[in-house]
Amino acid sequence: MAGDKHSKDGGTHDESRRKFIKNTGMVAGGVVGGSLLGGLFTSQLTENQDTQTKSGHKEANFQEALQFFTRRDDFNVLQAATERIFPKNDHGPGAIGLGVPYYIDKQLAGLWGINGRDYRHSPFMPQTQKEVPNPELHPEQSALNRGLIFIHGLRRMNEESQKRFNQRFDEAEEDQQIEVMQDVEHDNVKMTGIAPSDFFFLLRQATLEGAYSDPLYGGNKNMEGWKMKNFPGAQPSYANVIEQDEFVQMEPISLTDYQGN
Amino acid sequence: MVKKLDKTDVVIIGSGWAGGITAAELTKKGHKVVILERGKAKDQSDYVGTKDELRYSLRYDLMQDLNKETITSRNGLGETALPVRGNDNARLGTDTGGAGVHWNGISFRWLPYDFEIYSKTVERYGKDKIPHDMTIQDWGITYDELEPYYDQYEKTAGISGEENPIGPPRSNQYPNPPLKSTPTINLFKKACESLGYHPYHLPSANVSQTYENPDGETINGCMYCAFCEEYGCDFGAKADPMVTVLTTAEKTGNLELRNNANVTRVAHDGKRATGLVYTDTTTGDVYEQPADIVVLAGFVFTNTRLLLLSDIGKPYNPKTGKGIIGKNFTGHFTNISTYIGARGFFEDKRFNLFMGAGALGATIDDFSGDNKDHKNLDFLHGFEVHYSQLGARPIANNQVPKGTPKWGKKFKENSIHYYNRNLFITPQTGFLPNKNSYMDLDPTYKDDLGNPLLRVTCQYKEQDRKRARSGIAKCKQIMEEMGADIVDVDEVPDDANFNHKFYTDHFFGGAIMGGDPDTSAVNTYSQMWDMENLFVVGGSSFPHNSNYNPTETIGAFAYRAAEGMNRYLSQGGGLLTQEERVKKNA
Repeated sequence: MAGDKHSKDGGTHDESRRKFIKNTGMVAGGVVGGSLLGGLFTSQLTENQDTQTKSGHKEANFQEALQFFTRRDDFNVLQAATERIFPKNDHGPGAIGLGVPYYIDKQLAGLWGINGRDYRHSPFMPQTQKEVPNPELHPEQSALNRGLIFIHGLRRMNEESQKRFNQRFDEAEEDQQIEVMQDVEHDNVKMTGIAPSDFFFLLRQATLEGAYSDPLYGGNKNMEGWKMKNFPGAQPSYANVIEQDEFVQMEPISLTDYQGN
Repeated sequence: MVKKLDKTDVVIIGSGWAGGITAAELTKKGHKVVILERGKAKDQSDYVGTKDELRYSLRYDLMQDLNKETITSRNGLGETALPVRGNDNARLGTDTGGAGVHWNGISFRWLPYDFEIYSKTVERYGKDKIPHDMTIQDWGITYDELEPYYDQYEKTAGISGEENPIGPPRSNQYPNPPLKSTPTINLFKKACESLGYHPYHLPSANVSQTYENPDGETINGCMYCAFCEEYGCDFGAKADPMVTVLTTAEKTGNLELRNNANVTRVAHDGKRATGLVYTDTTTGDVYEQPADIVVLAGFVFTNTRLLLLSDIGKPYNPKTGKGIIGKNFTGHFTNISTYIGARGFFEDKRFNLFMGAGALGATIDDFSGDNKDHKNLDFLHGFEVHYSQLGARPIANNQVPKGTPKWGKKFKENSIHYYNRNLFITPQTGFLPNKNSYMDLDPTYKDDLGNPLLRVTCQYKEQDRKRARSGIAKCKQIMEEMGADIVDVDEVPDDANFNHKFYTDHFFGGAIMGGDPDTSAVNTYSQMWDMENLFVVGGSSFPHNSNYNPTETIGAFAYRAAEGMNRYLSQGGGLLTQEERVKKNA
């Protein structure tokens, strides 16, 4: 069965990934080195350990480079923030381990990042305060597109961290990162063009998407997000089991397998 | 430069259920039909392999993208409306099959009370029971008159259902047995029964077994794969216009379906519609398609906007209460209906919630419409209370008990723990029209062709909040009876108002039907009183919103409209009903 093949590969990937995360100290704070060197170092390690497949071939991972972000610093803040939203725990990997930051980078590089499906005619009436009459409208009333909202929001979090703790956001302590993020979530910092809470709404949504969308989008690595929840992916049918009382555990099926039959 | 095309018998806007049914019934009688569909060409093969939550539920791949045209929205006459810019706030159907493709398949009949709501309310409670600004009216038809069309739609769509123990009379049983039951549905039904209510399986267009409909189209049996709502069916197991009526119409050789055809005006001479003017969105060229009969079978917003842009009928004026086009906007709104209710968290039980189907579930009608005596209640109409096992897809389902943070360690812990341990019950509430909820053209925002957008003004009244609170209380009672360890209930604050979310796809009004041309745009055959060869079919003709999903009632009225059109063509014109019963809240 198609699902079996993937779960075996997945197991191998998962193990090496965890080792890697431990070895590089990413586990506790989700902290990643901020320098270019750090980035290159990460890639090399990833390739060495992350690509050993069951059959013994080495397959390089060519999907984890930046499409949207241009400053590594912005991406580092993103990595740390997503890991705070969805941290590694006993259930399984956190946002970084699941590939969520790369998922978000890919999404921002595409239609979603430029609000390609949205009505974008002016006049815009951005809502930067909580007491606006239409709080349900969320980030869509901003003149900024989602890509710019992310860049503004991540830099704003970094500025706040440097101001308060004299540390880059991604190098600050976990508690300090959480403090900044809570203040963004509750509009206790200022931003122009969009309410901080609306940026945070997008950041949280995108993080969950990256954790649980089909792996074809670059997140939910090895379907580890689904495995944590016992979600079996693209199963063709539950007609034979839906009536039964017992909880059913199944190996997940990705769209790659489902469509490739 | 408008290029005039050769005349056809009938030209229809939209290839959803309303347009599809009309096309099938007219082409079967030998009439030549052109459907103008502004969305892309689709067929069943587009839906194979589409179990992709991100693409369809979060990025709305099947919905109308809003970059060329949307609606604007506000809460009151003094406010400036803002455009609804993204699909997070408006899921409107598009492409071949329209909204009939991405629906869940819940297929209710509405109540006898609904069609005679004014008369029956006055008869039971007296005229004073109706608030002065509530614009309810009789529809000009009774349930008994509509029943044969309900029956016809159910047979076409292969509706799979269980007899509603307190439902209105039916001429026939459902054509298919109900969908399977599950442990959670059993739990809901048992709790309802022990409280003295009358649960039954949701009537479903996810068909319970392979079925051939009277037109010879086959609908397959449901796989319970959990990708139904917001998705086209992978297996052709959900009745939609493509697997049924559009195929039927195509087989006659009398249908031409033109995609990428965005209609901008109804051409007319003041007395008769002469055709439809549209832009081919692949070239930018403008055409006029002349026809003997013109049918607007788009969504509520499309139908209403085209009447206003084409200067047909008298626009409704909320200050004077005069005029009709745009009147009585109603719907199911997410903060007072369908998306509110009671959520129960179960510590010791783990359900297979990742399995499901769009219309798999059960409901009670004990509080629907006027089934309960409203003498001592301070609202009219009611709610159906349902539990459904849609299939909990993982991005959208991260429910946690109240008090859990929305992100971080505890959130992750709880959202994973409760993923297969939480059930939700919701009241789908009726919404009755009021003088300040209506549609007109926006003064500021325009579409990409330079035409004004449609503006929706919607205000909740005290009755709407009370009805919703009453529904939530019932959900709480049932959830407690089901034995949940934690029961979280939604609240409807005193200042709750329309939240600008056009999310349920259940919206109505704008070209409402009735027996009196002064208070209705169309008669019960969906024929315009003022322009007898123009038919406006679909939810736009509903004078109010019941507490049920609308598709089956849209289907029934589409069958009636098509029968009227066939009669109109064979008898060479004329109004299909006389002006009659004048019963309304004036």
